[in-house]
Amino acid sequence: MIKAGVIGLGKMGLSHCGIIGGLPNVHLEAVCDTSKLVIKAFEKYTKVHCFKDYKKMIDAANLDCVIIAIPTKMHAEVVEYSLNKGLHVFCEKPFVLDVEDGVKLTDLAESKGLVSQVGFHNRYVGTFNKMRELLLDLVVGDVYHFHAKSNGPVIVKEKAGNWRAKSSEGGGCLFDYTSHVVNLVEYLISDIDSVNGVMLKKIFSKDVEDAVYSNLFLKNGVSGNLTVNWSDETYRKMSTEVMVLGKFGKIICDAQELKIYLKESSQKHNLKKGWNTLYITDTTDSVSFYLRGEEYSSQLDDFINSINNKNMNGRNNFRKSLSTDFAIKKIRDNG
Amino acid sequence: MDRVIFGDNQFFGVNHLSDEKSRAQAVRFKDDEAIIKVIDDAIDVGLNTFMCTTHDRIANICEHIRNNEEKYKDFKIYPCMPYAHKYANAVTELGILGTLKQYMPNNILGAISKGSVALVKTDFLAFMEMLVDTEMKMFKGINTPVIFLQNVLVDLILGLGMYDVFKAYHEYIAKKYNAEAGYITMNLPALLDALESVGVENPIICSSINKIGFRMSGGKDVYEECIKTRKFRPLAMQVLAAGALRPEEAFKYVCEQKNIESVLFGSSTKSHIKQNKELILEYTKD
Repeated sequence: MIKAGVIGLGKMGLSHCGIIGGLPNVHLEAVCDTSKLVIKAFEKYTKVHCFKDYKKMIDAANLDCVIIAIPTKMHAEVVEYSLNKGLHVFCEKPFVLDVEDGVKLTDLAESKGLVSQVGFHNRYVGTFNKMRELLLDLVVGDVYHFHAKSNGPVIVKEKAGNWRAKSSEGGGCLFDYTSHVVNLVEYLISDIDSVNGVMLKKIFSKDVEDAVYSNLFLKNGVSGNLTVNWSDETYRKMSTEVMVLGKFGKIICDAQELKIYLKESSQKHNLKKGWNTLYITDTTDSVSFYLRGEEYSSQLDDFINSINNKNMNGRNNFRKSLSTDFAIKKIRDNG
Repeated sequence: MDRVIFGDNQFFGVNHLSDEKSRAQAVRFKDDEAIIKVIDDAIDVGLNTFMCTTHDRIANICEHIRNNEEKYKDFKIYPCMPYAHKYANAVTELGILGTLKQYMPNNILGAISKGSVALVKTDFLAFMEMLVDTEMKMFKGINTPVIFLQNVLVDLILGLGMYDVFKAYHEYIAKKYNAEAGYITMNLPALLDALESVGVENPIICSSINKIGFRMSGGKDVYEECIKTRKFRPLAMQVLAAGALRPEEAFKYVCEQKNIESVLFGSSTKSHIKQNKELILEYTKD
């Protein structure tokens, strides 16, 4: 049984705690947060060891791994401390604010033989994985263009916010929504090489961008557009979609459905000529405990399995997530 | 509970298969009249229980029901609280304490003060009761015999192991609203164990039950075994597996699980509502 500690009990931290509680092979041993309110609730209603200082938690609790879900600005410090204490680390996205820290921490995790993962959950969504499989198999031929977009209703009016309203602490639509989409493009097609035509637009926020528009040029030569807006209240919740155009067809994919247009049928993939639609029910394996979506359970399950199997090459390890941090930096520098 | 219960996902752009369909539905039901029309269609077809989330717009529907008392005299609502995205978006923006400040019922405490924070710290259950009251305000004067906790909250509490909260919720719903507590979950077998462990007997549990095992965490076989052997009142949702199953096979399967008490579905057209209801009643006879 892997013993886990969760650092940071905000929305993601609580969600991770809930999932760990429901998954086999892992036990929630300790939690840590600076909020007395949340810690009191854990003390009163659970048997989990509670801490207000993450260093004390790591030193005192006998942990195998930590899950870090605190403001991005603090990721580097806490990840470093955890790795130096020999713990496997799952860190919420984006990885770190300063890519130099990212390089150092990635090297540190690899040199110590520790499992690392960043919480880009789209890589565990069934439809996106099916899309990746089809693209790797060149079902639509050579890809010449893509459009990746993400929209949602996080900031829909002007008011003072928390750390997410400060770019210096990892706030803003670029670090939050955009990192997800960029990471997904890197998973589905190729890592990002360069960017241009960047527009960072403030809509309701004073200090950070609420929308990010850019052209992206990938290392495999494919180029496309990025459209991200977290101030669009026509969406009920975050909605991410990637459209890919190839010589022999087109794929449009979101977390629910995968639409595939083919010039010719594909027997291997059981797809007919013209439009095909695959749904989440066709592409998603069930999980042993469901909280907010299969992908949130699957990513933690994969992290725990990677620890048990000593698999350092997980699909969201620090090395892969660092590439996303570099891409975010390029967008920021060009904005 | 009625054998067939009418749901509300279609009204608020909730479609588990397609974001595009979600948006189309949100456009169709942008006016309350369009929602009321479909609810009236369901009543015409003979469905008298409406299960709905505590979405802001449900308040308008409740107002309409109160204003037409005679027409809706047999009509029941099963509220499901809370409408999670309202809180989830707020937590991302404001943090947990900020969200509490925003949604703390003003009539009880005014703006958050030192006193109210202290109250929360010492008595979480009193706080839970206040949030229930806040969510229930819109249903004043309406018959709400079962009041559900939404799955995202039930499954979070379940995962965190805070089972006492279930017990407290159960007791509060009975005491304050003279109603039964219901629980929506994606993890039926685990929830049953948890509720039994704190002495909640014969609970009403709404969970995904469908032929292809969609969102039946723990496995379809385990679910079937639970339905057959455990003491609880099952309400089946996601029977159509978000549209992946044809109505005939979907309802046939769910009616074969003999101990299921009620079947929930949502639909936007009168002919579909009628067809689904008739299918369920027909397979129930078999």
